[in-house]
Amino acid sequence: MGTTADSDAFVAFERVQKSYDGETLVVKDLNLAMPKGEFLTMLGPSGSGKTTCLMMLAGFETATHGEIKLDGKPINNIPPHKRGIGMVFQNYALFPHMTVAENLSFPLEVRGMAKAEREKKVKRALEMVQMGHFGGRRPAQLSGGQQQRIALARALVFEAELVLMDEPLGALDKQLREHMQFEIKRIANDLGITVVYVTHDQTEALTMSDRVAVFDDGRIQQLAPPDELYEAPQNSFVAQFIGENNTLEGVIEEIGGNRCTVKLDSGEVIDANPINVTQKGDRTRVSIRPERVEFNPDLGTTAHTLEATVREFIYMGDVFRTRLSVAGNDEFIVKTRNRADQKRLSPGETVKIGWLPEDCRALDAT
Amino acid sequence: MSDATSDPNKIEAPTPDDPLAQAKALDNVDDRGRMLAADGTPLKRQLAKSLRIQKIRALALIAPLLLFVLLTFIAPIADMLFRSVENEIVSETLPRTVEALADWDYDSGESPGDEVYAALYDDLFLAQERKEHTRLGTRLNYELTGVSSLFRRSGRGVDDIGELYQDQFEDLNELWEEERTWAELMGSDEWLAAQEAWDEESGEPLPDFQLREGMPTLLPETSRQMLTFAEFIRTEDNESPLEEEPWTRVWAALYTDLTNKDVSGYSGPHTDLLQEASAAVGDFETTPIKQAFLDMDEDWGDPEVWGTIQAFSPDYTSGYFLNAVDMQKTPDGAAMRDEDERIYGLLFKRTMFMSLVITFSCILLGYPVAYLLATLPMRSANLLMILVLLPFWTSLLVRTSAWKVMLQSQGVINDVLVWLGLVGDANRLVMINNQFGTIVAMTHILLPFMILPMYSVMSTIPPSYVRAAKSLGATNVTAFRRVYFPQSVPGIGAGSILVFILSIGYYITPEIVGGTTGTFISNRIAYHISSSLNWGLAAALGTILLAVVLILYWAYDKIVGIDNVKLGG
Ligand SMILES: Nc1ncnc2c1ncn2[C@@H]1O[C@H](COP(=O)(O)OP(=O)(O)OP(=O)(O)O)[C@@H](O)[C@H]1O
Ligand SMILES: [Mg+2]
Repeated sequence: MGTTADSDAFVAFERVQKSYDGETLVVKDLNLAMPKGEFLTMLGPSGSGKTTCLMMLAGFETATHGEIKLDGKPINNIPPHKRGIGMVFQNYALFPHMTVAENLSFPLEVRGMAKAEREKKVKRALEMVQMGHFGGRRPAQLSGGQQQRIALARALVFEAELVLMDEPLGALDKQLREHMQFEIKRIANDLGITVVYVTHDQTEALTMSDRVAVFDDGRIQQLAPPDELYEAPQNSFVAQFIGENNTLEGVIEEIGGNRCTVKLDSGEVIDANPINVTQKGDRTRVSIRPERVEFNPDLGTTAHTLEATVREFIYMGDVFRTRLSVAGNDEFIVKTRNRADQKRLSPGETVKIGWLPEDCRALDAT
Repeated sequence: MSDATSDPNKIEAPTPDDPLAQAKALDNVDDRGRMLAADGTPLKRQLAKSLRIQKIRALALIAPLLLFVLLTFIAPIADMLFRSVENEIVSETLPRTVEALADWDYDSGESPGDEVYAALYDDLFLAQERKEHTRLGTRLNYELTGVSSLFRRSGRGVDDIGELYQDQFEDLNELWEEERTWAELMGSDEWLAAQEAWDEESGEPLPDFQLREGMPTLLPETSRQMLTFAEFIRTEDNESPLEEEPWTRVWAALYTDLTNKDVSGYSGPHTDLLQEASAAVGDFETTPIKQAFLDMDEDWGDPEVWGTIQAFSPDYTSGYFLNAVDMQKTPDGAAMRDEDERIYGLLFKRTMFMSLVITFSCILLGYPVAYLLATLPMRSANLLMILVLLPFWTSLLVRTSAWKVMLQSQGVINDVLVWLGLVGDANRLVMINNQFGTIVAMTHILLPFMILPMYSVMSTIPPSYVRAAKSLGATNVTAFRRVYFPQSVPGIGAGSILVFILSIGYYITPEIVGGTTGTFISNRIAYHISSSLNWGLAAALGTILLAVVLILYWAYDKIVGIDNVKLGG
């Protein structure tokens, strides 16, 4: 789980703190260890410190406290240009006064590479991002997606083992973004590079990453593979932040092993899976994914069922989305697949809903 | 990638269908394939109509400014261009002389014939009455020294020519001394009656002088001169020939006429008087007209003088421009001036050189400041900006004078150097009233014009470029040299053009701190405008300056490209 840095990690943050103004910590006690070849995404709301972490790794900001190691060696005192880390900026930062080929050959030139070799590498890098014929153009003559590819090629052309990308697809439209996500993932896999990727977009994070670090308030809230993050959020922030989520608030009545009973504020009692509640009397917020809820359930004796009133029924093609009032929560969403036998509910109807206790996670209340 | 297709047009990521094309398909089209507007008229016509109204409105909005610019900016420049070639003064002041001189050949090396002097007598007499001969003398003096005094002296002496005859006529008969005699002799009866009846108090204009019938054939020359005289005093002085003694020029004309013409057929007022004079003129003492001028000033016999008048007789001349480039329009054509008289070439060269040095110093001093302005955090940048702008809020004169205080031999800098013992009290540095002083003061004064365009360009360079360069392995120096600097060049270009063009025409500062070695061409222009009053030369110098600036601008556009100049984001 990366709370302590393994000694053989390729990138390691150890108890890193960062403050810009000496008053507030923008990054609080960051610990992170990445093995070689991993694709790690930093995901979090705006202002949570993602860019700051990236900048410290790249060397443009210094950590106020703690150590950052690259390949086992502390890099706190190594200037950015000696770190050999490739970087893709949000606005691409392609040099406007150079052609695409000159942009790509720049990192090779400053490394003193011979001309012939440079040309060979530039050509290969351009072909890798399928931009072989664009070498003579200026960045301004390229579309956003093309600039993105060039920025990627430039970060890769000098064979950096670690590549940082700060919201590289933020400026692209949805279709192009999805296309580029796939491209980036493919190239990263092919080259076996280690990637730290920053994004706002959770779908992007889930589809691309080996592991996702969810940031909030200068801390990593959870660091886990995408499926685990979605299915087993460790706290209510992560549960809320990743995917769609229904919450019900209440107090623990009984707790033991992997079961607890929760008395909801509206009076009903339900079974739940205790995650970060420890004792009877704790306030909790239970989280259930919309697609794990069933109507008129037949789930055996252990499950509790609740009465619900239908507020809204939305037809979405492949799924139905039903908004319900459940235990005082008017925004309770249930998603059901569009099956032939699936009943279409209409507003005002009352219906019984239920779920497996394992899918109902009792998390912290804040 | 084995299957990497590299066709620029194909590997675009999917884009939505062209919405424009779809919209077009829905539009109305008439049978000739023209687009129709909603009301069925051709779309093109509708568009043109709505655009025209827009254009007229836009024009009306800018009309006051346009007019203002036209009147205060374009018109003076046009006037300057015109003045630099305009030369009507010669042909206007000496019209007959210019005409008579047309046949004279300078290369003959001889002074022109009598008819030219006769014409000169006419012209000069009238010019002298109008007090225009000194202006012409001044004008021609630019081309040939001495002409000014020649004209002044001749203006005074030209009366003597006719006086010779006037005295002899008056000695002959006392009647000639009376003003009325001339009026009665030359004027028609109607005019005499009208003039007698005229009452000054009435406010009516003086009656037009009319010649007596037959006079133009009897005494042609005298008639002509009398007419000129009468017309002149009537319009200029509001006087009547009845009360004014004629100009001496009229007496000379009478002498000429009486020697050439037979007046025995005359019968009118003063017949006896005229007959008596006609009989006597044969014995009059006389001086040929050419000789009279040579007596006045022997320079009138100098072909150089006549050559100059001839060379400058056309209405337009290249003389001012030739002067402005240290040449001279001589009767033989254009020629360089003597070595020791060449000053404008030197001044132009000096102006160029010093402007370049000033521009260069401004770049050196301004670049770091602009860089700081663009990269410092907001608060410090604002403070720095105020410091940069501070000079704008101080009078130019004060700033320049401050440099005088700083740089003069008893000034702050010298005092400090002497106090430090770096310079002996006896040999204080000379830093003012020379090129050094001008360069220092002007660099300081023009610095904001360099910093502001540079700053506005630099502030549009995102810091991520330099970061990107560093992350790609460039050292600070390389990142600056290869990435930051090239992108700031448009700012340098804009600032340089601005500073160079400003400094090339700068006046006040060089005037105050320039001494003799640090003055610019503009100081010379100012001198010609306000002291020597040679506006034509000033205009020619100004025109050349304008041309130089335009050529430089054009060259800059060819080499760097004016599109690369950015004054703002
Ligand atoms: N140069 C700086 N000086 C002072 N404060 C800064 C600076 N850069 C960032 N911050 C502050 O640090 C915090 C974290 O910023 P950071 O840029 O790391 O957020 P982020 O997670 O990348 O957000 P976003 O998703 O919007 O890019 C923010 O509160 C921001 O205001
Ligand atoms: Mg960011």
